[in-house]
Amino acid sequence: MEIKKGIAVSPGISIAKSLIIDSEDYRIPRRSINPSQRITEIQRVRNAFRDAISELTELEQAQDQTGGGRIKDIFAVHLRYLRDRSLRRKVTDLVHSESITAEYAVSSVLRQIAAHFSGLKDHYISERAADIYDMERRLLKQLLGHKKENIEHLSEEVAIVARELSPTQTASFNKNFIKGLATDAGGRTSHTAIVARSLGIPAVVALEDLTEIVRGGDTVIIDGNRGIVIVNPDDETIKQYQEYSREFIELEHKLDAIKEEPAITRDGVKVTLLGNIEFPDEAESVLQKGGDGIGLYRTEFLYLNSPTEPTEQDHYDAYAETVRVFKHRPVIIRTVDLGADKYTQSKRFAPEPNPFLGLRSIRFCLQNLTMFKTQLRAILRASVLGEVRIMFPLITNQQEMMQAKMILRDVMEDLDEESIAYNKDIQVGIMIETPSAALTASTLARDADFFSIGTNDLTQYTLAVDRGNELVSTLYSAADPAVLRLIRTVIQDAHKSQIDVAICGETASEPEYIMLLLGMGIRTLSLTPPMIPEIKQIIRSVNIENCNNVAREVLSMNSERQISSYLRNAARKILPEAF
Amino acid sequence: MEKTIYETVVEIKETDGLHMQPAMRFVDLANQFSCDITVSNGKDTVDGKSIMQITMLAAVRGTKLTIRAEGTEAEKAINALREFLEEQISDEKGQDKQENLKNE
Repeated sequence: MEIKKGIAVSPGISIAKSLIIDSEDYRIPRRSINPSQRITEIQRVRNAFRDAISELTELEQAQDQTGGGRIKDIFAVHLRYLRDRSLRRKVTDLVHSESITAEYAVSSVLRQIAAHFSGLKDHYISERAADIYDMERRLLKQLLGHKKENIEHLSEEVAIVARELSPTQTASFNKNFIKGLATDAGGRTSHTAIVARSLGIPAVVALEDLTEIVRGGDTVIIDGNRGIVIVNPDDETIKQYQEYSREFIELEHKLDAIKEEPAITRDGVKVTLLGNIEFPDEAESVLQKGGDGIGLYRTEFLYLNSPTEPTEQDHYDAYAETVRVFKHRPVIIRTVDLGADKYTQSKRFAPEPNPFLGLRSIRFCLQNLTMFKTQLRAILRASVLGEVRIMFPLITNQQEMMQAKMILRDVMEDLDEESIAYNKDIQVGIMIETPSAALTASTLARDADFFSIGTNDLTQYTLAVDRGNELVSTLYSAADPAVLRLIRTVIQDAHKSQIDVAICGETASEPEYIMLLLGMGIRTLSLTPPMIPEIKQIIRSVNIENCNNVAREVLSMNSERQISSYLRNAARKILPEAF
Repeated sequence: MEKTIYETVVEIKETDGLHMQPAMRFVDLANQFSCDITVSNGKDTVDGKSIMQITMLAAVRGTKLTIRAEGTEAEKAINALREFLEEQISDEKGQDKQENLKNE
C-alpha cells in the first residue's frame, strides 16, 4: 500500500483497477523490486512474450487473408525476434541481476538493441530501430494492461492513471466505465480537472511520480475530496473508503434535494446558475442538477472527437440535441476555441514557439473562414429551436469583435438568400479572457449583448503564469488583487452599459469565491454541472449585505494569500460540510 | 556420436547487406540443423540461430562472415548456409530464389 498526495480537483471517491495511459514517447521509469519478487517478474516477462507472440500470430494470419505481402514479412521477422530465446534471456537476466520490473527490463533491453541499430552507419540497417521500438510497444502493451490502447472500448470500470491527459485522449473516453482520473502533472484548472468535473468523477492531479508507482491493473483509491491516491490499499483501507464514499454520496443526495429550489439569497436576490458543458449528453445532467440553462457550450470536441472536420450537419445535430433539452432556457454556444493546447485533426498548426500567445481561438477562426462560417451557419439554423446565443472567445480588441460580427452577418445574408429560418435577434456576446478586453470593457460593451468572464485564461494572461507548469502554478490564483481588479472593472462597465455579465471560469464552481462574486455584482454563474447543487446551497445560505461586505474587504486587500484565507474563512462559516 | 567441426568464410555481396529478411531466412535455415552454429564478423561471434544476434552483427555489403558448425550434420549445415549466402547475393536471381523459398 502506498499513499500519494496531490491536488484534489474534482470531488468524489473511486475505488477501481488502474489503467495506465501513456503518450507516445513515454519512458518506462526504473523501478526496483525486492529480490523475492524476481521470480514473479520473470514469469511476467515470459507471459508477455507468449501473449505478444499469439497476438502477432493472429495479426500475421489476418494479413495472409488480405494478401499484404510486405507487412506480413515484417510481422514474420518480429515473430522470430519474440521467439528468440537469447532475447528473452537477456530480459530475464536483467530482471534477475538488477532486481527491476519486467516493464523496465523489456524497455531497456529493446531500447539498447534499437540504439545499436540507429548507431550504425548503414542506412538500411539503422532504419530497423523502428522495428525494435514496435516490438517494445507490443511487449509493454501486454505488461501494462491489455486495454491500454482501447480506451474507447472499455468493458469494465477503471481509474485512469497518466502523466498528463490531452484533450484528444479524453475526447475518446467511454465515460460509462471511467471512475476516476489521476495524473502526475496538472493543476486545478488543467484539462484533466475540467473533464473530471464535467463528468462528475473524482480526480487528483500533481501527483508527481504516480505513474512510476502504479502498474496496470493495480487497485487504486482516488480521493478527490482530500487529494489523495492510495495504490494497492489493504482490506482495512478499502473498507474505510467504502464507508466514506457512502457518506459522501449521502451529502450529495442532501444537496440534490434542493435542486427544485431556486437559487435565491436569504434576502431574496435571484442568481442564475447555468452549466458548462462539452458534450450534448451532458445537457441532461445540467437539468438533473437544477441548472437554468447552458452558459458555456464548448464546441472543440466536435473537432477533437472525429478524424475528419465536422460538417455543418454534425454541428447542427449536436446543437439541436442540446437546445431541445432546454427548450426556452438559454443555451450559449461558444464558437471553436482551437489552438494552444487543442488541435484539430486535419488542420495541424505549424508548431508555434508560444502557442498561448499564438494563433488560437477567435484568431484561428478569423483566419479559417470556411470552417468558422460552417459553425456559424449551424448555430443560426439551431437558433429557431430555442433560446440560442452566440459567444466569441478570446476577444482582445474591438476590431476582432466587429470582424467576427461582420462574418456572422455574411452568414445571415446567405441564409436569407436560401430562405433558411434563423433567429434574427440572436444575442451575440463575448468572453472576457484577456487583460486587454477587461481594460477596454466599456468600449466592447457597446457592441456586445453580454459578457462572460473566463477567469482561467484571464488569470493566466494577467499574471503571466502557465497554469499547467508545476514550477510556477502556485502563482496562479484568481484571488490575486490584479485579477480581481480587472473583474471588478468588467462588471462595472457591463452594468453601466446595461448588459449581462456572467462568470464562466472555474472560479464560479469554487465555493470560497461565491460570496465575493455576488458582492462584486455578479448575478449569473456558469459552472460545471456536478457543482451546481453545492453552489446553490451556498447562495441560499447568504445574504447580499454580507456579500457586499466581503467584496469591500477583499478589494481593499493587497495580497493574494490574505485574500485567499479571508475567503476560505468566510465560506467555512456558511457551509462547513463543504470544506 | 562423432564430433565434427566445419568452417567457411563468405563475403556478403548483396547491396543491402544481411538485412532483416535474409537474416530471417538464414536463421530459419540454421535452425533446421541440430548442430551448434556460430557466425563471426571477425570482431563479434554470435549464435547463428538467433535472429537478434545475427541482425546485430550488422553484416553490410563487403563483410566477411566466418560460419562455424559443430556437431551432427555440421558439414551439411555449412554447405547449406554458404550456398544460401552466395545465392542470395546476386540481385535478380537472388530475388527469384527468395520467392521460391517463400513459396515452398
